[in-house]
Amino acid sequence: MPANELKEVSTEYMLFEAKREEQFITGSEAVREAVRRANIDVAIAYPITPQSESMHLVGDLYAEGYVKEYFRGENEFAVMSEITGAAMAGVRTFTATCGPGTLRAFENFPMWSGARLPIVMGFMTRAINAPLSIQPDTIEMSFLLDTGMMMMHAEAAQDLYDMLLMSFDIVEQTSVHIPMGVFVDGFFVTHTRQKINIVTEDVKLRPYNPGLSPVPHIDMETPPFRLMRDPFVMKSNYISYAAHASWQQEVMASAQRAKKYIKKYMGSFIEQENPDASIQIVASGTAVSQAREAIRMLKAEGIDAGLVKVKVIRPFPADEIKAVLSGAEKIIIPEFNRVGWLCREVASVIPNNDRILPGPRVYGGMTMPPEVIIQVVKEGALVGV
Amino acid sequence: MNYKVLKGPEGYLPPAASLHGVCLPEKGEGIIEGKCVIRDVCIRHIAKSLLEAKNPTFFPGPLVIWRTTDYALERGKLIREIAKEADAKIIPMPDYRPKYPMINPSVEINPNHPNLTIWHNKIDVGIFIGVHCHQANLALKIIRGGTDCYTVALCAEEGHEEANASLRDTDNNTLKILLDIVKEMKKGGA
Repeated sequence: MPANELKEVSTEYMLFEAKREEQFITGSEAVREAVRRANIDVAIAYPITPQSESMHLVGDLYAEGYVKEYFRGENEFAVMSEITGAAMAGVRTFTATCGPGTLRAFENFPMWSGARLPIVMGFMTRAINAPLSIQPDTIEMSFLLDTGMMMMHAEAAQDLYDMLLMSFDIVEQTSVHIPMGVFVDGFFVTHTRQKINIVTEDVKLRPYNPGLSPVPHIDMETPPFRLMRDPFVMKSNYISYAAHASWQQEVMASAQRAKKYIKKYMGSFIEQENPDASIQIVASGTAVSQAREAIRMLKAEGIDAGLVKVKVIRPFPADEIKAVLSGAEKIIIPEFNRVGWLCREVASVIPNNDRILPGPRVYGGMTMPPEVIIQVVKEGALVGV
Repeated sequence: MNYKVLKGPEGYLPPAASLHGVCLPEKGEGIIEGKCVIRDVCIRHIAKSLLEAKNPTFFPGPLVIWRTTDYALERGKLIREIAKEADAKIIPMPDYRPKYPMINPSVEINPNHPNLTIWHNKIDVGIFIGVHCHQANLALKIIRGGTDCYTVALCAEEGHEEANASLRDTDNNTLKILLDIVKEMKKGGA
């Protein structure tokens, strides 16, 4: 069916009722299929491996009429700035980047949150290092933890597809209206084929309604927008500082309010398998898949271990994680980065955090064989920490 | 957590209520001091607060002031009727610019320094309506921190946990109900 004849449906219908079909596609193609149904007004691209293919395929959607406007920005900072303008003007946007591109654009992310922009963006995570590396690594997620953005971390292409589709409605709620980053481990997911169920019905999400925004959008027909949008509060006095502080509190509050909508679509912030095991492996992204295999291999040896898959990183599911780890005696947190940001997050919310054994951590593009997770479980081996 | 969104002055930079367990009301509900209640209870509470106040004041924002649809015009008339019935003043929030070098607090209120208007006019109950939600929450928090004004937010969307009392989905029919209840209470029918 031509793109302009797709029927508009709710996010609930798209996620839970629309007909789906199993396809064997890459993570990048999963991005394309999500964007195809997302009723995007403006998509802006700048290439960087391993993200390039995703936004290239979104460009194909523009050629097919599924995306209303699409162009290549001058660099990542320009792309995010252009996305800012589009979002402020009240249209639905999409873009993606990774690794060094994320850092080049960085100033925009806390600004998006402060400006209450409902932007959904993909991050196909990549190493940030000198000498340069294009390989998978989730270090950029550590840098983004405190930008005010919400963050989801996909384990596989199915998560990626569903997380992207649900994010638009979450961020566009009046009480939320802050950006969402959907993160996926570059190459491991973007460049591998997996079976995923995608919507095949001729439907697309309903359009964004900027009239429900908690801040005025740019609308020349509604005076006096230029007097109202993100005014300067730059004076050196107490109340000016208090207004800024209150503004930042409102951004944090918005992420908290989003929990209701995330739960509505995702069901839970975390998933747990084998909750009674005294050994619990906590992971996000593709580290979850490696942990699953490690748990299977441990079981074959007669060692019982459980899994906690963390799907949402911001707002961080502190209470949920504290609850599911209450009975754990040993906690292992495998990660694809050198700093162990998920380990720090978990350690900050659970009592007796000396139950956590550090690592394993791999980075710079290294893979994480399940055997190294097992080494940490059994021997407390120091892997990458 | 049992954080209560009480009348101020709460002090130096009060917390955002939602970070301390206060949730927005669901459809059919309102919120009073951090606790969700059924909608009718909230409407009556707001009417009572208005009538018991010494100097209640409505703060209509740009979503009322700058709209010219029939619906918005009716909304403006209803606000004036309620204000008249409750002997309340109306001080607009026409836009969100900080006003420097000095606001005229007798004629307007601003989300970046709303305390000045509250103090100057000795307002003890302030009712926000037609203010964009982000800017309303900014003002509500600053008022709660620095003044003893009891705040009410009549929100067309999801409501405001930062207000002392708030209704969600406040359409014109809801304003008519509020007007009727104010009239009824004035006659001693509460």
